[in-house]
Amino acid sequence: MLNNVIPAFIVGGIICVIGQLFMDLTKANITPSHVLVAYVTSGVILGSLGLYKPLVDIGGAGATVPLSGFGYALAKGALEAAESSGLIGAFTGGIQATAMGIAAALFFGYLVALVFNPKG
Amino acid sequence: MAEKKVGNQTVVFKNPPVVLAGYTVVGPKEGAGPLKDTFDLVLKDTYNGEKSWEKAEMKMLETSMRGAANKVNIPLECIDYSLAGDLLNQLVCSNFASRQIGLPFIGLYGACSTMALSIALGAMLIDGGFATKVLCSASSHHNTAERQYRLPTEQGNQRPLYAQWTVTGAGSLVLSDAGNGPKVTTATIGRIVDFGETDANNMGAAMAPAVADTIINHFNDLNRPSDYYDLVVTGDLGTVGLQLVSDIIRKSNLNIKNLNDCGVMIYKPEQDTHAGGSGCGCSAVVLGGYILNQMFKGELKRVLLIGSGCLHSPTTALQGETLPSIGHAISLEYI
Repeated sequence: MLNNVIPAFIVGGIICVIGQLFMDLTKANITPSHVLVAYVTSGVILGSLGLYKPLVDIGGAGATVPLSGFGYALAKGALEAAESSGLIGAFTGGIQATAMGIAAALFFGYLVALVFNPKG
Repeated sequence: MAEKKVGNQTVVFKNPPVVLAGYTVVGPKEGAGPLKDTFDLVLKDTYNGEKSWEKAEMKMLETSMRGAANKVNIPLECIDYSLAGDLLNQLVCSNFASRQIGLPFIGLYGACSTMALSIALGAMLIDGGFATKVLCSASSHHNTAERQYRLPTEQGNQRPLYAQWTVTGAGSLVLSDAGNGPKVTTATIGRIVDFGETDANNMGAAMAPAVADTIINHFNDLNRPSDYYDLVVTGDLGTVGLQLVSDIIRKSNLNIKNLNDCGVMIYKPEQDTHAGGSGCGCSAVVLGGYILNQMFKGELKRVLLIGSGCLHSPTTALQGETLPSIGHAISLEYI
């Protein structure tokens, strides 16, 4: 198990450290939302250029769980579906590949909203 | 001819109104700070038994208004005007607290300069012969201000080290045409100064030029020696702004012997508020608590308070506008 955990920790950790440095070293008008969008977008770009795959091969969940991994999954799904069903696939494939994550976010978000009242 | 006005921006009161008493309510964080023993009431938590932080702030303000009048046994009906302000849209805390108080009410928005502004105007009402007793109040709440000016607290955003922490607190002062206590002798109404700071987290840097402008004008208008006051205290510049103001003061050849800042005084460095306190409540509770206590004890005889306010809105900040700022000064003296 350590063979998986240690590379995942290192790769995931480096990805998170880069995000933290963005927060600490840039002006305060770079917010967490900017970092979030930048991570998903760069995951899509790196994924479609084939540059993110090596990170996933080394780090496993360390590369797929961070937001950049979501972008990678979007790009991968879109590319695969485009090969099998053309232009339509390029539009549907990304969401199909990430459907589990999106549905889980919706489901648990709904559940939490039912139970708790936002106050801040 | 304005016979009570001197110089560019200053008024000198003919019959200086007396500060009869102050009452302060603070949250738990302020109640754990270095000034904890000077506050009248420390809340156990930031909700204070209410359903929302807004309700808690309204209640806090109402408590401080009633507390100040009670302290000197003045029935509320004997007060002519209540002047109050806070940080929320449409001044809801002041409006809702005043609904419970039922006094003729003047709402003021001067951001964090509100306490100094309300005292300056309250003193003008009394010295002008329009009132004999005026209640001056201001409040802020850390969590309501976060929602108003920044982002939902649940998002848990990281704050830069130069950011200030909005004080949870409300303070009220009773001004009167007669009685015992320190007197409001002069007031210098500030003008808006904007040196082009655009980072809404860096209010200390934005407000420092406005505050320095008011201090310099105050001393010039009155021709007072720069060591006249035992304490010159700025509203809530925090560590960053205080450093800037002391630099400007030094370069202007003013030799102020004791310059401090309410935002620096209210928290200990270990409380990790970054650059110190801010918010209307900050100068309201430091003035109503620590400074008035010291004056009533005779430790301080002459104090100049410069309330500092950053007059932007979240919308203008998002649109990239700069931060217009202001400083209003009042002098309290035993004469």
